[in-house]
Amino acid sequence: MIPAPFEYARPSSLEEAIGLLAERGEEAKLLAGGHSLLPLMKLRLATPALLVDIGRLEELCYVRDEGDVVAVGALTTHDTASRHELLRQKIPVFSAVAGQIGDPQVRHRGTVGGSVAHGDAASDLPAVLLALGGSVVAVGPDGRREIPADQFHLGFLETALAEDEVLLELRLPVPAHPAYGFEKLTKRAQDWAIVGAVAVRREEGAGLGLINMASVPLRAAAVEEALAAGAPPAEAAERADEGTEPAGDLNASPEFRRHLARVLTRRALEKAFA
Amino acid sequence: MSILGNRVLRREDPKFLTVGGTYVGDIPIEGALHASFVRSSLAHGRIESVDLEEAVAAPGVVAVYTAADLGLAPLAPMGLLNQEMKRPLLAEGVVRYVGEPIALILAESPAAAVDAAEAVIVDYEPLEAVVDPSQALEGGVLLFPEAGTNVVFDLSSEEDPELFSGCEVVVSQRIVNQRLAPCPLEVRSAAAEMVEGRLRFYASTQGAHGVKDELCSALGLPPEQVHVISPDVGGGFGAKGGPYVEELLIGWCARETGRPVRWTESRSESMLGLGHGRAQIQQVTIGGTRSGRIEAYRLSILQDSGGYADVGAVLPFLTRQMTPGVYDIERVEFHSRSVLTNTMPTVAYRGAGRPEATAAIERAVDCFAAAAGLDPAEVRRANFIPKASFPHTTAMGTEYDSGDYEKAFDLALEMAGYDELRAEQERRRQRGDRCQLGIGLSSYVEITAPVSGGEFGAVEVRPDGKVIVRTGTSPHGQGHATAWSMIVAEQMGVPLEQIEVIHGDTDIVPRGGGTGGSRSLQLGGSAVHKAAVDVVERARRLAADELEANPDDIVLDRSLGLFHVAGTPAITKSWAELGAASLEREGEPLAAETDFEHPGSTFPFGTHVAVVEIDTETGQTRLVRHIAVDDAGRIMNPLLAEGQVHGGVAQGAAQALLEEFVYDTEGNPLTTNLADYSFISAAELPSFETAFTETPTSRNPLGSKGIGESGTIGSTPAVHNAVVDALAHLGVRHVDMPATPERVWRAIREAKGAA
Repeated sequence: MIPAPFEYARPSSLEEAIGLLAERGEEAKLLAGGHSLLPLMKLRLATPALLVDIGRLEELCYVRDEGDVVAVGALTTHDTASRHELLRQKIPVFSAVAGQIGDPQVRHRGTVGGSVAHGDAASDLPAVLLALGGSVVAVGPDGRREIPADQFHLGFLETALAEDEVLLELRLPVPAHPAYGFEKLTKRAQDWAIVGAVAVRREEGAGLGLINMASVPLRAAAVEEALAAGAPPAEAAERADEGTEPAGDLNASPEFRRHLARVLTRRALEKAFA
Repeated sequence: MSILGNRVLRREDPKFLTVGGTYVGDIPIEGALHASFVRSSLAHGRIESVDLEEAVAAPGVVAVYTAADLGLAPLAPMGLLNQEMKRPLLAEGVVRYVGEPIALILAESPAAAVDAAEAVIVDYEPLEAVVDPSQALEGGVLLFPEAGTNVVFDLSSEEDPELFSGCEVVVSQRIVNQRLAPCPLEVRSAAAEMVEGRLRFYASTQGAHGVKDELCSALGLPPEQVHVISPDVGGGFGAKGGPYVEELLIGWCARETGRPVRWTESRSESMLGLGHGRAQIQQVTIGGTRSGRIEAYRLSILQDSGGYADVGAVLPFLTRQMTPGVYDIERVEFHSRSVLTNTMPTVAYRGAGRPEATAAIERAVDCFAAAAGLDPAEVRRANFIPKASFPHTTAMGTEYDSGDYEKAFDLALEMAGYDELRAEQERRRQRGDRCQLGIGLSSYVEITAPVSGGEFGAVEVRPDGKVIVRTGTSPHGQGHATAWSMIVAEQMGVPLEQIEVIHGDTDIVPRGGGTGGSRSLQLGGSAVHKAAVDVVERARRLAADELEANPDDIVLDRSLGLFHVAGTPAITKSWAELGAASLEREGEPLAAETDFEHPGSTFPFGTHVAVVEIDTETGQTRLVRHIAVDDAGRIMNPLLAEGQVHGGVAQGAAQALLEEFVYDTEGNPLTTNLADYSFISAAELPSFETAFTETPTSRNPLGSKGIGESGTIGSTPAVHNAVVDALAHLGVRHVDMPATPERVWRAIREAKGAA
């Protein structure tokens, strides 16, 4: 379909972008890779009056080594993240997951910041961010603030970002151990996960992120607790669906999703602890 | 050496791979208006009012039409169908499915047309919708109350209560052959303009002449006033077999406004507007001896026809013809009823009625084998129609022309390494592996060129030696330009580069049946073959005059494309010389036209073997191997034939594993884009292992049968059977298509619960 009429602006700096957001409020929408927003606009499910295209802001494209944290600029594409040497060495789970998002076209256009800011529970990266215990940095008229990943997703496609804030970067703590497990069940290679699980080793136990098990990306807190208390992975994984509220849709019933969460969590843990 | 049978590269491809094709949407038309449609958002309802005020006043809008403005008679269903169920071109009073066009908008730009469509407000009085064909059959909700029934086509009779008497093993199974969306890459598109008082219509279609006929009939125009052109077409799969109401209306608009009009739908619109396929609920019963001899088979079908009586309603007629498949079964019964439901009308989709027959009998044979405790391969081998009995008339009265079912079957099993696969399966079962192996067989026979009617072909030699071939077929990916050139080159001894194939223009090609039902090679190819033979004969007489010899003494040296007197190869006449001589001597080009008709349809066959791995914890199925042995008689070009098989297998496997067009109980479509509708991609498929056996037919001079739909027909049941086979040791007897992870997981769980 053809989107509803909209205005288009391409600010030349982050500051200018924030200014436009502050000025236009909820009728403005940021455009980065466009792989979530444009389809919604074509279906007229989203009808922003103004598109603020930040896709060419070089200042948001970076991967920076900050010692025990790697900072990934919001406009880094999934493809870049999947190939970036520093990420591959220090946080291999992030590059591995980024390399399995959608298909090559999506990975070349889609951005890590866009994926997280869109707040879709079916997206892979928010679960990685949760498993790592990472955070995001937002910038607005009042300056920067850091938001922990587990306080970022508030509801269905709803995040802690204010209307006039831009997601600047993801902050990924370097895990204690590079081993990880990532399991997702998809209908087709390019599809969103029906359910997915990401396990990242910690000093003790593991961090666990779940994909598509509620209206927001979730941590499998019960599994993390069980592991920390010394439960073996297979036993801990049995608690993967605790506290989840999976939806039923064409691909799976809530019951099947709960089953998948347990199976995929167990497999992710088996890989992380192999 | 003959060029036929060689892997000649597609002549079409350099253009497609470099500058790209020219589709209807690419045709430049000065000053065209753009159309958009207001579509029903309700599955069943009375239209109380249509508020056009805002749309009419919207910027760029030139005209807005509803049913009352058209003055066109509703479209009558095909002759066999219930004539009460006529279709208005725009909904009149009642809407019968979500997506049915209610109003048409013409505007100066596509965006203006779409914006105005959004501004139209339709007020409905909702009526109860009927989505389930079984409920439609009961008739509680009627789509056409005046018809008194939802049944649009009835091929049922009284069941023989004795059909299975004496059978030692009898099994019944309900099988859902689910509704599919054909999804050609090029969506529907049309453009129309008045040129010197005639309607020129650009169509994305499988047959320009069929479009012309229907435009004439719907708009009340004489044939000489309509000119239809189909440029490059990006796929049809049966669903572009005839024009849709939207296309007829584009023609009407060009006449009404006197301005060119064009329309190209979006993918979302296509999912609500291009016809759907399959959609049969089948009940099979099969019986025979404990040793594996099948004695009786009954197939009862409920065909979902959707909101109007379209082609889908009549397809059980083809299913009926192929009921017993490749097996020699003494007692066979077929029943079907086609019913209207508040869903998208169903149409032909790759195989059109025959895949459904194969799916039913091939699942039934596996069910029978499982009940008898026999290997499904053994049961098939024991029941094939023997090679010696062709031509063979089945219990349904269908006469199969030629076949050697066991040969294709043996080759497929050998290529698959069937025994080793079974051994590996057994090992995994013994170990209780999480990942189990399933081996699925499907032996099929199908009917190609199933609808009677000939095909036009013409060959003309120009004075510069160029050969112009005109055909009534309508390629949209099949490669006719390559194949028809090969056939002509073979007869005339001219290089392929010198041959041009023209199709899809009703002013240049006088008649044509188009492309569908795998008819093109056997009819269109044979017509071109015959025309080339006739041209050679005419050229021989011309050469005789030129060389002052007896025509019987003239020979054509096909390696050089030169005529000479036998024994005197030094003095020759070229095609160019003869083309010029014909114009000079006879005042007409060196050419021949022909209409080829065959004495009957042909029946290609084969065996497919699918190997799947199933993760028994998640229910996910992966197709890991697919072996296709197809026999379509003589193969003109293995490259083209393999291309047809590859695409067909992909679509067939997609039905078994992924695709289903879903409505909720109120008739709202739930799979209206390619994220929700699981169109298969290369990543879900293995490299196919293909081979051909060649059992010629005598029903055309080429010895060829159709190959366009075999891949789809053979593959679906093979993959489907493989899924059930992987789970057989767990007690699973059937899983409906598509075998989604959840369905497989539930089947395993239920079998465990029952054990």
